[in-house]
Order: sequence, then C-alpha cells, then structure tokens
Amino acid sequence: MKDKEEGKVRNMEGTLNLVGFGLAAIGPGIATGLIFAAYINGVARQPEARSVLQPIAFLGFALAEALALFGLVLAFVL
Amino acid sequence: MLSYAAEVGKDEGFNPPDAGDFNLPPFIEGNEFATKPILLVFLSVILISIFFILASRKAALVPSKLQFAGESVYSFVRNDLGREVIGHEFMRFVPYLFTLFTFILVNNVFGIVPMLQFPTMSRISFPYVLAAFTFFIFHYVGIRKQGFLKYMKEIMFLPGIPKPAYILITPLELATYFLVRPLTLSLRLFANMFAGHLLLLVFILGGEHLLQGVIGLKLISPFAFAIGIALTFFEFMVQCLQAYIFTLLTALYIAGALADEH
Repeated sequence: MKDKEEGKVRNMEGTLNLVGFGLAAIGPGIATGLIFAAYINGVARQPEARSVLQPIAFLGFALAEALALFGLVLAFVL
Repeated sequence: MLSYAAEVGKDEGFNPPDAGDFNLPPFIEGNEFATKPILLVFLSVILISIFFILASRKAALVPSKLQFAGESVYSFVRNDLGREVIGHEFMRFVPYLFTLFTFILVNNVFGIVPMLQFPTMSRISFPYVLAAFTFFIFHYVGIRKQGFLKYMKEIMFLPGIPKPAYILITPLELATYFLVRPLTLSLRLFANMFAGHLLLLVFILGGEHLLQGVIGLKLISPFAFAIGIALTFFEFMVQCLQAYIFTLLTALYIAGALADEH
C-alpha cells in the first residue's frame, strides 16, 4: 500500500490462508445450520423420535464440521 | 528451544498464539518423551482406573453416589452407543467403546482443568493412534465375519448400481474405507481440540496483554477475560461432544462392517 504522506511503501504481513479458511467455513456453517434445523423440526413434530434422530443429527453435524476443520488444519499447514 | 516466539524473534507487540504454542518443551533436558501431553496421558489412565475401581468396588443393589456416577457413564456407552448402533452383537465391543469414550473424554477435559489446561488430543499423534485402532478393529471384524474376498466385494461393489458406474464408485468407496475414514476420524478430534485451545489462548493471552496497556485498554481487558471464561464452558461442551462423536463413529463403522447387506 502507498502511504501518501511519506511516499514510502508499507508492507502488509500475514497469511491469506486464514481468509481462505474463513471462506471455506461458510459452507459447513450453512450445512450445520440445516442439519440442526431438520433435527429440531423432526423432534418438534414427533417428540418420541428424539432418541432415533439424535445420533443421526450429531453424525451429520460431525461430518459437515469435519470439512471446516480440514480448512483450519490446512490454513496452518500450508 | 524455549518457545516459538523466542525462536522466531518476534518483537514486543502482541504475538497472536499459533501452532508453535503447542510445541511444549520437555521437562527433562534432552528427553523428548518427558513432555506434558505424555504426562497427561498417564495421568488420565490413572484417574480413570481409580475412578472406576472405586465406583465398582462394593457394588450394591442400592448404589452409592459414586457407583451411580460410574454406572451411568457405562450404561450410556453400552445402551446409547453399543446397543442402539451396533445391534445384537454389541457386547463384544462395549469394552473397546467404553475405554475409547472415557479415555478421550478425560484427555479432552484436561484442556479446561486449571493447572493442566492442555488437551492431549491437540497433539495429532494421539488421535492418529486411536483412529488406527478403530481402523484395524472394524476391518478385522468385517473380514472375520464375512471373509476377506466377500468383505472387499461388499466394499467395492455396492448392489443395485448399473455396471458402468462402478468405474466411478469403486475407487471412491475404496478411498472412503481405507483413507477418508481413519483420516477424518483423527483429524476431527485433533482439529477440534487444537482450535478450541487456540481460541482460549487468544482471549486469555489477549486479555493479559491488554492489562499491560494504557488505562483505556486495561478497562477493556475484563471483557476479554469474560469471553475467555464463557468460551471455557463452550469448550467443555465441545470436548464432551467430540468424545461422543469419536465413539459413535467407531460404533457405526463396526456396525457397517458387521452388516451383511448394505
């Protein structure tokens, strides 16, 4: 970036990986929201199905969340 | 190697915590096995053993508080993870599931126990080993139950798919069973603990750094600490959840290997 007053070039330091991670986390974020929305819907309509739905909901959550966490790991590794 | 910050030679300003903060130096100079995570693993095994020996000793029909606590953990793993997921052959796997659950749970919760405050599973080698156990167990169970060729056939050729589609499906299925499953299992646990610990470090260290600033910054620092404390409770939830999910996925993989038909 140009600093107009002094005419010097200033450097920005850091890594773009973390911006990429932020973008990569959008998808799993939406996915997690959808999964729990469906779970809440299911339990609200049929409360006795809770014990059946719970492992499925957490499994789906874990699978979606894993994608975000791979992004995090890669943000540090790369 | 004293610390990562000293090694890289960062300046006086706030150094945000990063992956280097997880490389704790060994207690004994030159002995790379005398590190905090290893110590925590031994501590967790001792704690779990003592707890369950005490809880199961003098077992009575009317349980004491300790016996009740131990039995509720056991029945949770046996009923909700074993019987619900695996089915009628579940009793064989309950010891493994139970060990896995308590071991991961205690090691995770070390992340928020005062004075210890380091989740063992944020060092990736530990989740790798646990995932390797699960990997070998569920393949072994599948091969024992169905025979090697039939088991491989069931993995590679899903029924009810047109023949040409196997060109695409078979490599994907193989990758799922032999690469993605163990990798995701270990990375999920690792990354959750890693990210959680990093999050706590950011707020606690940030709050501590703000305290050293001018008066305005000092006034802000309590908020950073408050968020740090709130996140500690959030972390507790995540830690329990991850122990549950690791055990649940292990049970699901075993159930999948045991099932005759997909």
